[in-house]
Amino acid sequence: MADVKLDAPKLKAKDFKSSQEVRWCPGCGDYAILAAVQSFLPELGLEREKIAFISGIGCSSRFPYYLNTYGLHSIHGRAPAIATGLAVSRPDLSVWVVTGDGDALSIGGNHLIHALRRNVNLKILLFNNRIYGLTKGQYSPTSGPGTLTKSSPMGSVDAPFNPLSLALGSEATFVARTLDSDRAHLQEVLRAAAEHEGSAFVEIYQNCPIFNDGAFEVLKNPDTRDESIIRLQDGEPIAFGDKVVVQSGYGLQVKDASEVDAADVVVHKSDVDDPAYAFALSRLSGIALDHTPIGVFRNVKRPTYDAGVRTQVDEAAAGVDRKEALDRLLHSGDTWTVL
Amino acid sequence: MNTVRQLDRVVIRFAGDSGDGMQLTGDRFTAETAKLGNDLSTLPNYPAEIRAPAGTLPGVSSFQIHFADSDILTPGDHPEVLIAMNPAALKANLRDLKAGGTIVVNTDEFTKRNLTKVGYDANPLEDGSLEDYQVHAVALATLTIEALKDFDVSKKDAERSKNMFALGLVSWMYSRPTEATEEFLRAKFKSKPAIAEANIAALKAGWNYGDTTEAFAVRFEIPPAKLKAGTYRNITGNVALAWGITASGVATGLPVFLGAYPITPASDILHELSKHKRFGVTTVQAEDEIAAVGAALGASWGGALGVTTSSGPGIALKSETISLAVSLELPLVVVDVQRAGPSTGLPTKTEQADLVMAMFGRHGEAPIAVLAPQSPSDCFDIMLEAARIATVYRTPVMVLSDGYIANGAEPWQLPAMADLPDLTVKFATEMNAVDAKGEEVFLPFQRDPETLARPWAVPGTPGLQHRIGGIEKADGTGDISYDPVNHDHMVRTRAAKIAGIEVPDLEVDDPTGDASVLVLGWGSTWGPIGAAVRALREKGVTVARSHLRYLNPMPHNTARVLARYDKVVVPEMNLGQLTMLLRNNFPGTEVVGYNKVRGLPFTSNELQDALEEVIKNG
Repeated sequence: MADVKLDAPKLKAKDFKSSQEVRWCPGCGDYAILAAVQSFLPELGLEREKIAFISGIGCSSRFPYYLNTYGLHSIHGRAPAIATGLAVSRPDLSVWVVTGDGDALSIGGNHLIHALRRNVNLKILLFNNRIYGLTKGQYSPTSGPGTLTKSSPMGSVDAPFNPLSLALGSEATFVARTLDSDRAHLQEVLRAAAEHEGSAFVEIYQNCPIFNDGAFEVLKNPDTRDESIIRLQDGEPIAFGDKVVVQSGYGLQVKDASEVDAADVVVHKSDVDDPAYAFALSRLSGIALDHTPIGVFRNVKRPTYDAGVRTQVDEAAAGVDRKEALDRLLHSGDTWTVL
Repeated sequence: MNTVRQLDRVVIRFAGDSGDGMQLTGDRFTAETAKLGNDLSTLPNYPAEIRAPAGTLPGVSSFQIHFADSDILTPGDHPEVLIAMNPAALKANLRDLKAGGTIVVNTDEFTKRNLTKVGYDANPLEDGSLEDYQVHAVALATLTIEALKDFDVSKKDAERSKNMFALGLVSWMYSRPTEATEEFLRAKFKSKPAIAEANIAALKAGWNYGDTTEAFAVRFEIPPAKLKAGTYRNITGNVALAWGITASGVATGLPVFLGAYPITPASDILHELSKHKRFGVTTVQAEDEIAAVGAALGASWGGALGVTTSSGPGIALKSETISLAVSLELPLVVVDVQRAGPSTGLPTKTEQADLVMAMFGRHGEAPIAVLAPQSPSDCFDIMLEAARIATVYRTPVMVLSDGYIANGAEPWQLPAMADLPDLTVKFATEMNAVDAKGEEVFLPFQRDPETLARPWAVPGTPGLQHRIGGIEKADGTGDISYDPVNHDHMVRTRAAKIAGIEVPDLEVDDPTGDASVLVLGWGSTWGPIGAAVRALREKGVTVARSHLRYLNPMPHNTARVLARYDKVVVPEMNLGQLTMLLRNNFPGTEVVGYNKVRGLPFTSNELQDALEEVIKNG
């Protein structure tokens, strides 16, 4: 959004609702995310036409149909590639990608890692429900080992991806995680993602009530959430319940606060240049979701791909009369004239 | 004193090891020949391996040039002159040489070891097996090293200049000027002036060797061809294609966006376009073929001229995205520089076997426009046509070039900028309908009644926000629609849109007007077919010819043209793909296929034989 001007039109959430009937299953986490995004978008301070949402295939990828912005529902896994073309050629737009765990991490894995590596100015929202919903319930690349589904009746033997570890390994400059059910936190993360110049990768844990209900229950249940969720706040010691996070070996470790000197508790800094810190954070939780950090893991500055490409073109094209230049190109090198 | 003899045409082939610089030597000889005003056509032929083992048959690289004092259509069937830099080059190319032809051979490489490597039991220079040819045995390396002994270059660098010695010698034999090559060498080795001077000295030494030794009794001259008045340059298909894409950006007024992934033989288009950012051309080297077409489509949505270039295997990967573009009804130009397949096949060799894939290689009913350039320079014009059709009809357009015209070169009469078509694009900027409540609305699939194209409203246009996608949409509103009747209507409408694309009529070359056999080709066979037809007519054989540049839709007069002939002969470098389309589209036409898939263009001779056979049998 390098060239996007914030001229603050006074839009409301309802201005971002499209005329289309929303068709997710009752109770789907996508409703909460849609509502959160619709009420967040006015904050961008952009006219609706300056915003483009691009998605792939899957339940989450129906998202653009329900927003009154420009929207493109594309093909499975390819949204980051299509969005790259748009972002590179249209610096005046705010370009968002909506994807899911199957779309982004399975069929579209290659495009995701390369978009992050290049640092294209895209905001990528990955709705992770750890299951294939639209195709009716097969295990996904984020499903845990042993997951029982129609395609894994004896339990999945696949080792899952940790999406944040993958994004960090792909040189992502902004990596965050949030929850479908926590609107305030979700919007806080979206805000930070929108402000970031370059690729912003946001994993949103999203409940699928039909095929994987309660997958994130431990993070939502009042009895368990406080000892499971680690809320990352820049400049604050990392503490939750009666636990804290300390350095340990090459990584980080959760310990009882009572066992640790307060000075040894790690203070969160999302702008640490070395991705090893954010990676260690991403490894605190696994499939079991015990000790799950949410918030902005990493937020660093690096030149964006689209700005780099445009700078070269703009510099080369400045003041060029294209027709005259074409004539010169055709006549360059060895030519001869027949009279 | 040497005798100078006038020739009207000659075919020369330079052949050597991949590391011998034969492509460069051929390119420079071509430039000298173009400068002299001959018409010409070239055919490079090189191995897929960057450096196959030295001195082996798979490592042989060659460059053929046909030049003449009249207009010509092909690089020639059989060379009259072969420059062989080693035994492998001699062995690999001898069978193509015309009987009684001339061989210039580098004797330094004819060692026992090198001869054994390619299976020569005896030295062919000594065993009499070449007695039907005029052999000039020249110690090219030794002579080059000797000529450069006072230069400040290593023996290895001196030896490497032997290709310039050979070029100097052949330039002398055929009276080509070498000044431009000297300039070229100075520019190429700007940072290494000693190497530049050594190469120039080798070039001159080669020339002088021809001039002073008694070995070459005759020298040849080929007078300039009588070409149409104008300014010419030599051009390969890939460069013409890249320039045509650049020109399309100028003609449409759109920024050009190329998404590409390297693949032989299409990579040179990416290389060339990467140099033309001053025209507002953006090139993105994507992570794979799918991303390349995806990025191009994303840019098209945003109002750029989205282009992707590849070869068969890459096009197969792009298929799903091209279908999406069909469904979105957005402009997209897809270039397939065909190579011999399937799979890796013969990646540096030519073939025309992607026609059916271009026509039908997608899921669902997904028709697109398909065009094919007929010669290297036609690649420029065909891209402008592709851009016109893509932007006017909001459709993907596939352009089928191939390895033969991609790397082959011919003189091109440069077009005047005033003749560049005006393809200015009008984006939608306003509401285009009124809804039931009487409010103005924008319908993204409201069609132009003439072209059936939908409005192209790019993101950023105030008030026209809309959603498009791969799910079937209701005509007009573009809303998701699972209605069976609507789907049937949309499938038929998309097909009708492509069928109704305006393309020029098929022209027929039938000078006597009474031919009963028509030769109908498409793409790069234009040159060989033309040469064959010309030769047949000189022999008094009556035959008509026509060539399809538009494969989908075919020119609207095609049925009328075909109906005029008893038989239609279709030569193709595949097993009969156009033949199949013709039989389907024009039942009742007697179509006779002539098909070969050797990775090489047709020779004019084989086509003459094939045509004569059909004509004779009535």
